Formats: sequence, structure tokens, C-alpha cells
Amino acid sequence: MKEYVMGNGAIALGALAAGVNLVAGYPGTPSSEIIETVSKYPHEGVHLEWSVNEKAALEVAVAAAYSGARALVTMKQMGLNVASDPLMSAAYVGVKGGLVIVSADDPGPISSQTEQDTRRYADFCRIPVFDPSTPEEAFAMIGDAFDYSEKYHTPVLFRPTTRVCHAYASIDVPDSFSPVKYEGFIKDSKKWVIFPRLSYINHGKIEERNKEISDDFSAYEFNSVSGGGEKAVITSGVSFSYVGECLKNSSGVKLIRIATAFPFPEKFLLDSLDGVKEILCVEELSPYIEEQVLRIAGKYHLDIKVSGKLDGSVPHNGENSAELSETVINAFLGKSSDTDEADSDMPDLPVRPPVLCAGCPHRASFYAVKQAVKGKKAFFCGDIGCYTLGNAMPLDMVDTCLCMGAGVTMAQGFSYTHDDAVCFGFIGDSTFFASGMTGVVNAVYNEADIIICVLDNSTTAMTGNQPHPGTGLNMMGNFVDKVDIAKVFEGIGVKSVVTVDPLDHSRAVEAVKKAVDESGVRAVIFKSPCIAVSKPQGKCLIDNEKCIKCKKCIREIGCPALVAAENSVVIDSNLCTGCGLCGEICPVGAIGGAKSE
Amino acid sequence: MNKDIIICGVGGQGTVLASKILAASAMQEGNTVHSAETIGMAQRGGSVTSHVRIGGEARSPLIPFYSAEIMLAFEPAEAVRNLKYLDKSGVAVVNTAPTKPVTESLSPSGYESAVMTEYLEKKRDCIFVNSREICKPFGSEKFFNIIMLGVAAGSEKLGISKDTLLSQIKKRVPEKFVEANIKAFTAGYEAGQNAGK
Repeated sequence: MKEYVMGNGAIALGALAAGVNLVAGYPGTPSSEIIETVSKYPHEGVHLEWSVNEKAALEVAVAAAYSGARALVTMKQMGLNVASDPLMSAAYVGVKGGLVIVSADDPGPISSQTEQDTRRYADFCRIPVFDPSTPEEAFAMIGDAFDYSEKYHTPVLFRPTTRVCHAYASIDVPDSFSPVKYEGFIKDSKKWVIFPRLSYINHGKIEERNKEISDDFSAYEFNSVSGGGEKAVITSGVSFSYVGECLKNSSGVKLIRIATAFPFPEKFLLDSLDGVKEILCVEELSPYIEEQVLRIAGKYHLDIKVSGKLDGSVPHNGENSAELSETVINAFLGKSSDTDEADSDMPDLPVRPPVLCAGCPHRASFYAVKQAVKGKKAFFCGDIGCYTLGNAMPLDMVDTCLCMGAGVTMAQGFSYTHDDAVCFGFIGDSTFFASGMTGVVNAVYNEADIIICVLDNSTTAMTGNQPHPGTGLNMMGNFVDKVDIAKVFEGIGVKSVVTVDPLDHSRAVEAVKKAVDESGVRAVIFKSPCIAVSKPQGKCLIDNEKCIKCKKCIREIGCPALVAAENSVVIDSNLCTGCGLCGEICPVGAIGGAKSE
Repeated sequence: MNKDIIICGVGGQGTVLASKILAASAMQEGNTVHSAETIGMAQRGGSVTSHVRIGGEARSPLIPFYSAEIMLAFEPAEAVRNLKYLDKSGVAVVNTAPTKPVTESLSPSGYESAVMTEYLEKKRDCIFVNSREICKPFGSEKFFNIIMLGVAAGSEKLGISKDTLLSQIKKRVPEKFVEANIKAFTAGYEAGQNAGK
């Protein structure tokens, strides 16, 4: 049956069609919809989970693959940093059942901290990588990835990018799926226990095997060549689609597409370069293919000029597009590019930075802390999630943001370098389970003087409201005991733990003030559900008789529902959730009605 | 049929549902369809676009500049921002009611809808709709995305039949809102027909 699905959906359905037995991952844009798609289709007999983090997900999957089962792991590219420890070792040990790790890269970056390139990890770990250019290809290639994993007993990386993950296409979906039958785990400590001796032996075998895979990949259908001439464009991933768009009506140019960047299909490239004198490499993120082409040109003394990112012909940063590809290809072919339409009269456009939603409890939590430490020197260490948006004016409550879990630990670092500052670490509930808890142990053990603020909105909001251990619902559809964050703190030995409703403004401010007056490791848990998973409490209304038009509500909290109009403030009833925070701020009590509906 | 349609607006205006209905309708009429959306962090109050590419010739998930035949702009400044996707002989269906960003409340930059619409009129054929006015009978702007589809269909620039669109709307909105959505579509359709004359 034909279904119109997102690239991530195509990956999920391709894995189900390949008989996957276990799927695990951690949410992260642009990868999150893979697991969500599996959950929406019949998947009887498949274990499905949101793991606490990517490392846990991969380790769960590795055991399944040792058992002979087919396992899929999903994450965004930075999640692979978290999972890199088990990945590197699993690459040495190898697998029995197919193990495919989807690590979705995000050129731009559009919603990520880095522009790292998963193909580098494949090279680093010496394992194969597949690089689809469309949802249709992703559907077909994920099955190939499982086959290669089993054929060569190795974990395999699968690297889509945002524009593949979030593109939609029509996929021919099988009517039913059945997980593959597997043998089960056969004990063999010489095989499954990583020791220096095993790593030494396997390292040699892996390099030999990779030569075989390189030959195998040289005949792989998605490594393709078309057209002819002395000039060639070499491309990969979604850039293949952009370049294809540009070369639709061009002749005299060879188009070479590399779908498996590692082990590099050397024979395929050599054959494809017959008669070629100049090459332009068009790829996103790192110049990986370009470096391989240069390596091969050196190895075989090829008289070919290679251009791309390394000589400045293509930008190093940002995502590619049909337009960018056209510009660089025209320059390469010596053609002139059409200039854009003159837009000197184009009006200035408003910038639309992402902001916390109207009614978001994080706004109230940040504002409570801001009020509680007024006049004191304080550092606010943020973390990864919607609450990173607390950095925006007028809240201005995120001084640092580094990576998952770093808020808790960086606050500790500042506490050792600044005796005179109150050091706060902010962390969301899902991030707390992912990588915050060990940081709390570190703080207690090393006697840090910090306040950890958990922004508990009962969901993984930024990536689309996935459940987590604190919500009590898992991806097998079962309700389980919720992991209680306050109890986790108590169990670790944090002496001062308080839970408050951030929308109860005065109490929240008092709770933070009390924590500020204490010393050692203190925890304030701000508990209030994300507006995306809870019902609005009503609408706030401004009493125009009472309002003195001071606009303090707008200046203090920057809620998108508060709109400055001609000499007045109005509340956008389409956005307001009735959280009532603006009512707490109004100096004349002109805002009310939050609970009136 | 080969046709690119660009949809733009601000996160929360329902552009994603509009693009899904368009894509499904074009497929129902036997076309190959690809589409792409900006989602994720950019979705929260930010600029959003959906690229709907009808026909098997499309390669890139995003519409190349100056290739779209029609633009559905849910916000006037977003229409200007994305005008580069619209063919110079293309048609823009534009909401004249602005959605001002929070930053505009903090430090006004003087962004006015009229400045945007004047620019748009100079550059392309435009059909203007005001969401505040056209949504009044519905008591909410929640149906505006369906109204926009109606306007585009009514202007006869879409190349997809009214009946196909209606059947997809019925499929994709919650049952209790089907009737209201059909009314919204019809209101838009009539406005589009009048504008097209």
C-alpha cells in the first residue's frame, strides 16, 4: 500500500520491513519521528523504547544484536557523541544480528549545537555508513544496511540529514511486518568480551574486511554515475538531489554519487573517473568525499584537479540548496549565473527568534529565580531543551549552554572559581534522566555550592513531547512506576530538596530565596506541565479601566500573548493559556480572569 | 502535472496541515508528490515554510528559487521573505493581517503590513485576504488554514479540484470540526472566485 510519509517514517517502515526485532533511541531533531512511526504501525513482537540516553539505547541494541536479533538505534548526530563509547568498542567486537545506528546529521545547523559529520565517525570507528538522498532511498537502504551488517558482522551507521528526515514522499509499504527469527545469545567469552588481545586481533581483521566492503560497495546500486565529459561533479546525500536539479538540462558533465562514504568505494570511483580532468565535490558538513578523492588521486597519480570545500569553491558551513549548487556548478563549468531580481526596495523584515510559548511554565520558573536573586551576583548555567530559550530578552536567564547535562556540572565549576556568586544549574526533566543524575552525584561528592533547578514539565517538549521515566508511560504502551526526581535527589544525598509550582509565583520566589540562603547542593524542582500536554486554565483579561499602560508585563516576561497596541496592552486570546504570570507582575492588579472559564 | 507550491507563515498558523491536505489531494488525483517542512526549534513562533512539489520531475526537497507557481502566505512579512521561491509570473495568496513577533512588543521596529503588501503588489500578482475579517463568522482564526486553501482553489490557480480538496479535508480534520471546516473552505473558495474575476 502506498503511504505518504516523512523520511524518518520511511526509515522506520524500512526497518520494520527488514524484520527488525528491537528499536531503541533518544529523541533529537531531526531523528525523533523514526521511533514515533514504529509505534504507530503494527509492530507486534518488536521491543520499542525511548532509552534514557543514546549510550543506553546502543548498549541495549548491542545485546540484541549479539543474540542474533536485528536492532535499530536512532539519535541525532550529537547523540552519537554520547553513544560513541559503546559504538567504538562494538566496532571491535562485532555483531551477529544486524545492528544499524541511525545518526541524523543537521547541516545548517537548523536545530543543533554542531555541524559535525557522522561519516567521520564511520571512518573513526572503521564501520560502514549509508547516506540516503531521499525518503524513497532511505526506505530501500535501511534494509541494505541490515544485510551488510550481518554479512560482515559489524555495526553499520546510517546517516540521513534534516532535509531527508523531514522530506515527505510516497512509499510502498508492505501490508504486514514480521520480526526475523533469531538464534539467541551463544556464550563465547573469546568473542564477546573485549580485551586488549581481542582488540589487537580484530583490528587487523577489520582493516582486511574493509577492503572487501570497499569492493562490495563499488558494485552497490546507489553508488551511481551518469553523463560524461572531462568535468565531473561528485556528490552525496541530499546534495545529490540539489545537483540533480541543476544538471537536469546540462550535458557534458559527469555526475558521480557516493552513497557509501566508508569504506570508500575506491574501484567504483576509479572507473567513474575515466576521462575526467576536473572534479567539483558538492557535499554538506565536512569535505569527507573530497579528502577521499584527493587520497585516491594521490595514490594512483591521477592528473586531476579537485575542488570543493578545501579550496574555497564550496562553503564549509551551512546547508546546501539547489541555488547554492547551481552557483558553484556554474562557476565550475565557467557559466554565468542569473543574478537575483533587484530587491533594493525590499522592506526590512521582522526577525522571529524562537521564544518560549505563551503560558510556558519555564518562563515562570526563570522569572521566579530572577526575582529571588535580584541584586545578587549569580550565574545561570542552562542546558539543552526548550528552556535554552530562557536566554532571550527580557528574561536573559541562560548564561551558558554547552551540551546535555552540562548545566548541573558547569554550575559546580563556577562555584569553585567564584566564591561571591550564587551558581545555578538549570535542567529539564528528560535531560535530568539522560545525563543530569551523575552530575548531581559529582556535586555531592565534591562538596559543590550550587542550586540545581529542575524544570519538570512532565515531557520531552523540544523534540515533540516524548514520554520519559518521569512520566510513567513507556513505548511498549505500558504505565510503569514514575521515577520521582525528588527521591532521586534524596537518594543521592542532597539535603535540601523542594518542589514548587512555578505558576504560584510568590511561593516559587520564596523557595528559591530560601535555597539561596542555604549552602551546599540544593535542589528546587519547578513542577508544572508543558502547555502542549495540558489543558489551558482559561484566558487572562486586562481591565482597561485599571491598566496604567506601564507595559511592565511585556518588559518583564516577554510572553508572546502580551501584545503592545496603540497606547495599550492586549492579550491575544488565541495564545493565552491563563497561566496568570502576567497578573502576578501587574503593579495595579489590572490582569485577571485566568481561572474564569 | 508539474507544479510547485510554497506555503509560508508563522509557527502555529496551521501551515503544516494545509500542506498535507494539498499533497494528499494532488496524490488522490494521480500525481507524484514530494514535500518538505521546516520543523523543530524554528517552529516555535518562528518563520515556517512548506514546500509542496507536484510531479515526478522534482528532485530537490525544497523548491528552487523562482519555481513556484503559487504561494500561500499566511503572514504578509513571511510572503516578502519567501517571495524568491515564487515564479515572476506566479500568484501569491496573502493574508494581510500581520503576526508581530514578541520582539516587536519589546522594541517596535515600525513593521507595518501595508509596507509589505505594497511591495508584494509591485512584484507579483497578488490575491489579498484578511484573516481577522474573513474569520469573524467563525469566532476563531483556527480555520484560517482551510480558508486559505479555499481561496487558492477558488482562484483556479491550484490545479486541484474543489471536490478532491474537500474529501481530503473531511479525512484529516477531527469529525466534530468537519462541518465548520467545510464552511471555512467554502467561504475561502467564494473569496478566491471573486478575487480571480
